Amino acid sequence: MADLSEYRFTESHEWVHVESGVATVGISDHAQSELGDVIFIELPVVGAVLKAGDRFGTIESVKAASDLYAPVGGTVTGVNDQLADAPERVNADPYGEGWMIRLNHVDDNAALLDEAGYRAVGGS
Amino acid sequence: MGRHTQLYDRHVAAGARMVDFAGYDMPLQYSGIRDEHVAVRQRAGIFDVSHMGEVTVTGPGAPDFVQRLVTNDVGRLVPNQLLYSVMCNERGGIVDDVIVLRGGEDNHFLIVVNASTREKDVAWMHEHAGSDVEVEDRSDQLALIAVQGPRAADILEPLARMDEGGPGLRELRPFFATGLSLAGVTDSEVQRISRTGYTGEDGFEIYIDSDRAGQVWDAIIEAGAAHGLLPAGLGARDTLRLEAGLRLYGQDMDDDTDPYSVGLGWTVKLDKGDFIGAAALRELGGTPPRRFVGLRLSPRTIARHGQTVLQDGREMGVVTSGTYGFTVGTAVATASVNSGFDRDGDVAVDIRGNVAAAEIVPLPFYKRPKGDG
Repeated sequence: MADLSEYRFTESHEWVHVESGVATVGISDHAQSELGDVIFIELPVVGAVLKAGDRFGTIESVKAASDLYAPVGGTVTGVNDQLADAPERVNADPYGEGWMIRLNHVDDNAALLDEAGYRAVGGS
Repeated sequence: MGRHTQLYDRHVAAGARMVDFAGYDMPLQYSGIRDEHVAVRQRAGIFDVSHMGEVTVTGPGAPDFVQRLVTNDVGRLVPNQLLYSVMCNERGGIVDDVIVLRGGEDNHFLIVVNASTREKDVAWMHEHAGSDVEVEDRSDQLALIAVQGPRAADILEPLARMDEGGPGLRELRPFFATGLSLAGVTDSEVQRISRTGYTGEDGFEIYIDSDRAGQVWDAIIEAGAAHGLLPAGLGARDTLRLEAGLRLYGQDMDDDTDPYSVGLGWTVKLDKGDFIGAAALRELGGTPPRRFVGLRLSPRTIARHGQTVLQDGREMGVVTSGTYGFTVGTAVATASVNSGFDRDGDVAVDIRGNVAAAEIVPLPFYKRPKGDG
């Protein structure tokens, strides 16, 4: 189990991990489990500017398509290109190799939940 | 909380994600839909489909009654043969799609119905049955286990002892059934094994007294391990059946859909004698209001049930089923389109506001290679 003490969560099941001013974003283990096998992920281009709560992409699983929302605002500096050929990484390692985007110039979002808070709303 | 099959505890212990399906808590997936799908195509998978309904029809009037009940010609069945059919209302709408098994004894039929329509179907049968027919819902006494995939026969053969004089498991022809004992469970408890399925692969379906289902399930899981058999859930069942072009009641058709409009006209035998819906179907046969087509999309655009099918920018139909086909390697869907639809024209699907190009392709999307069963 990943150490999630530094991760923050949205109620829409994205996570963000800020380290040295760079925010990495993905979806939670609970979310990948609910979605089932991920087929494809549409991600923004590098340079896109997001506000907290903006839709930044779509994730398609066998079961359903779901929108992805930015937990924090910022400028997209990286997208996980590996997911184009291996979207199953989101299922296998949602907090690690399944990351989706990186942002800098991060605007913090006070509404985020810590691990215990996220569990309390049914996530994990 | 939904109803449980006899195998519920085993699914939970195996780590299955359970979902509600037609009032039952059923396994959606164990290791993952992709894994399970690929296992069935390449090796084997085992499914608990005990939620399906089984209805026996017996009595001197049974052959005539079943013939009136369904559209296909059960008069040509020999003992232990099965037949896919639909059961229509007087308007020609589909009450359910079913499998009819003609039993080994005289005047004995088993009709396998969908879980979601079981109560409606049983009421429909009672309503139309005369005094010389007995209709009995056996669903709660029978479990149904499907073993599907190219290795299914290899896995089951060492466990099975067939009826004396009956065909061996390998010799059992598609859409035939036999009695057998399996994994130490007697042949009277394992009621029937048929060479049928809902995946497009070779395989078997085992109808068994529900209190013996666990013993048979465990033995097949154990024997299958060396063959790469995986337990598979409803998720893989859906991706497999859709690739194989098999219809799903409630999604591809309902009480207002006639069989011609969903590409099941081949199950309607108008010359077999009278049956429920025959008059309406005779009229519809030449000019069904809708047509059923297969769509192939890009791997990045999964069409879903209910989305609009467009032709030259105009609404021409609706997606009935859509998923990602793991074996064909792209998104596939079936659609119900209106009669003005041009098969050679451009087609697209409105996927949440994005217009995704699609290609009309013949069904099924996937056909298993010849020579494995």
